[in-house]
Amino acid sequence: MDNLTAFSYDLRKKVVEMIIEGKGGHIGGDMSVIDILITLYFKQMNISPENMDDPNRDRFVLSKGHSVEAYYAVLAAKGFFSMEDVIANFSKFGSKYIGHPNNKLPGIEMNSGSLGHGLPVCIGMALAGKMDTRDYRVYTVMGDGELAEGSVWEGAMAAGHYKLDNLCAVIDRNRLQISGSTEDVMHHDSQIERWQSFGWHVIDVKNGNSIDELDAAFNEAKATKGQPSLVLANTVKGCGSKVMENVASWHHHVPTEEEAKQIFADFEERREACI
Amino acid sequence: MNKIPNRQAICEVLMDKVKTDKDIVVLCSDSRGSASMTPFANEYPDNFVEVGIAEQNLVSISAGLAKCGKKPFAASPACFLSTRSYEQAKVDCAYSNTNVTLIGISGGISYGALGMSHHSAQDIAAMSAIPNMRVYLPSDRFQTACLIENLLQDEKPAYLRVGRNPVEDVYKEGNVPFEMDKATVLCEGTDVAIIACGEMVKPSLDAAKLLKEQCISATVIDMYCVKPLDKDAVIKAAQNAKAVITVEEHAPFGGLGSMVSQVVAAECPKRVINMTLPDAPVITGTSKEVFDYYGLNAKGIADKAVELVKNV
Repeated sequence: MDNLTAFSYDLRKKVVEMIIEGKGGHIGGDMSVIDILITLYFKQMNISPENMDDPNRDRFVLSKGHSVEAYYAVLAAKGFFSMEDVIANFSKFGSKYIGHPNNKLPGIEMNSGSLGHGLPVCIGMALAGKMDTRDYRVYTVMGDGELAEGSVWEGAMAAGHYKLDNLCAVIDRNRLQISGSTEDVMHHDSQIERWQSFGWHVIDVKNGNSIDELDAAFNEAKATKGQPSLVLANTVKGCGSKVMENVASWHHHVPTEEEAKQIFADFEERREACI
Repeated sequence: MNKIPNRQAICEVLMDKVKTDKDIVVLCSDSRGSASMTPFANEYPDNFVEVGIAEQNLVSISAGLAKCGKKPFAASPACFLSTRSYEQAKVDCAYSNTNVTLIGISGGISYGALGMSHHSAQDIAAMSAIPNMRVYLPSDRFQTACLIENLLQDEKPAYLRVGRNPVEDVYKEGNVPFEMDKATVLCEGTDVAIIACGEMVKPSLDAAKLLKEQCISATVIDMYCVKPLDKDAVIKAAQNAKAVITVEEHAPFGGLGSMVSQVVAAECPKRVINMTLPDAPVITGTSKEVFDYYGLNAKGIADKAVELVKNV
């Protein structure tokens, strides 16, 4: 996979198809988080369908489980299941591809969906790695609206206390949640100072939709010893099409035929521009 | 009178087993003392995780450890563990099917005069309502030890409630009839079937002795496995008796009484009386004073049985 940025637009298209077919989905957050997932799965983590029983594999928990459509697209692209199957069956009656991650599907470690669970679960995984002196790394991706959950800060405290340098948490900082601006709903800034005060190494990624910038951030996290790392990915909600970008109402939305046409055209234009 | 509380029995089993099973991990939420886990924490610091007063974190961290092959036992006051971290128990333990044993210590009204914030009179109902969550209330220290040994043999989530105070032995050391998820029949009779769990088993057994003096024969069942409930034992006991009494240290709704009543109503309709704590904050006092006040003692159970048998 040489050009992951171009590839990200291929996967974005699959996500939109999935949401149209399933008649529902958290499309805005899918578009903001997908570059983070691609960077982790295609450049950073040693996770594949072949090594899911290997105790030394890296661990990943999608704490913002509502971005499951982007997660499914990335897992399908990694070969965990068929892209056609997930697009055809997402959210349908009796489907195994439900609207939040479920560990009955290959490649998914933990069920999520309720916010504020991923970080504490990953602390347990990271502690187990330290106990067994294994060198795997543990990653979780949280939404920024999710940070209002108190359990996130219980986890922030514990990870700093235990100096879990095998743990990397990512915030998909797209600055929008279902009711509007995160700053209007519940003041968030400065995330940098907040996490630093809990003993974390914070990496501020200016363009959280840039695979190169994200890759560099994860490399920096990997090289950081004696404390957990937080990648603050400043993303754009709905990234990829001007129809969706920075519009709070696209948090959960099914594109109309006309909107989909424009979205696919925007994806193609941006894909071409990066080839 | 026995002076070893059930919580100490748990610690002793885990300290023995961890010698050969390094995957055993005990987690506490500033609760190592009240969980009787201080000796474990001191002797096996590499197998002990302190999370501070953070019950949500306690349960989720346990799930993460379990997902990586560890066998976590998370011990925290039952009042907080069963409600503050209810969602973590539901999603991270039961729904994700992780091998986590949740140990609710100082369960029921163990904390006596500390008030309703510190009572867990709803934990059976809450935990039993979660698919894939098992619920156990052992009756004495010997059965508690058997249960822990059995829970180490499987890889499924479970919630276990024990009280704070030592309780009189129901069984004898080295002679504990125990089969996983099967109730223990302590004595058999034909007038009334008394089905109890946890700390209510011993007074139920003592009640059977009082009843015998009045020529009333009682079956007494130790239903330590509240979920999965041993339905066969309930049906058999109900069929052989004129009426059924359930006894539990729990609110009137959704506990052992509710579950037994469901089975009896469906399979062998008989009159069932549920002896429980009230649907209200309990009166202030030590747990013994509170039990006595609500008739949750041998005499109260026997009196209820006499009244019931007379009116059948």
